[in-house]
Amino acid sequence: MTLDLVLFFALAAVAVGAALGMLFSRNAVYSALFLILNFATIAVFFLLLGAPFIAMAQVTVYAGAIMVLFLFVIMLLGAEQTQGRHRGGWQRPLAGLLTIALIVESVYLIFVRSDLVILIQPAASDYGSPQALGELLFTDFLLPFEVTSVLLLAAMVGVIVLTKEDKKKQS
Amino acid sequence: MVPVSYYFALSAILFALGAMGVLIRRNAIIVFMSVELMLNAANLLFVAFARSFESLSGQIYVFFVIAVAAAEVAIGLAIIVAIFKSRQSIDIDEMSSLKG
Repeated sequence: MTLDLVLFFALAAVAVGAALGMLFSRNAVYSALFLILNFATIAVFFLLLGAPFIAMAQVTVYAGAIMVLFLFVIMLLGAEQTQGRHRGGWQRPLAGLLTIALIVESVYLIFVRSDLVILIQPAASDYGSPQALGELLFTDFLLPFEVTSVLLLAAMVGVIVLTKEDKKKQS
Repeated sequence: MVPVSYYFALSAILFALGAMGVLIRRNAIIVFMSVELMLNAANLLFVAFARSFESLSGQIYVFFVIAVAAAEVAIGLAIIVAIFKSRQSIDIDEMSSLKG
């Protein structure tokens, strides 16, 4: 009972700390590494919530592929060091204030609505298994699944066009 | 067990931090990473509610969100590289050519 809560709060502290580290590191590579830590923590949350397939997809696609792409671009552009120039000094305090307001508002609303305090019950043994997810994906969600393939193809063609046009200009 | 509202609160905090990152950072890549953080906060909430309602549809949505995020990152980083090639900078304050 309490072990769950201890685990939740420890992981939540790591997730929020990694997010803060990403926001405030000067070096963009450190930001990317903090974000990988955050994604890994969220993958552990997915495991705790009975979603092993989503957790593995999170680790391979997000923490793996997407963040490698980020690191690759950061190092390709040599944009590790962010320029420390402060332009528009009123933006930062205002953003911090608005963020704190957003957090306070949402947390207040969540705990005022007592019908949201649902204890998560132990689920059925095959809940969230890759087999159950696959069956649902290829029956009820077949059309979105196929549309996703078109979207990925469009993204691939888009990236090639975006980078090729630049080459043409240079020559 | 942990109440679903705790996951809701954690998700709200992560989302707010992502929004703050979009507002305060000037490096386009960090802004982009903050957007990914916001997407992830939404994913966490989807999975938490899928679990509390014993429905798998939420997990399917997260699967699609991950696929769309992969496409979005590929396009976005290609645009950032193209901007860097033409302006030698990815400071979002300097991308103001369209300003009237």
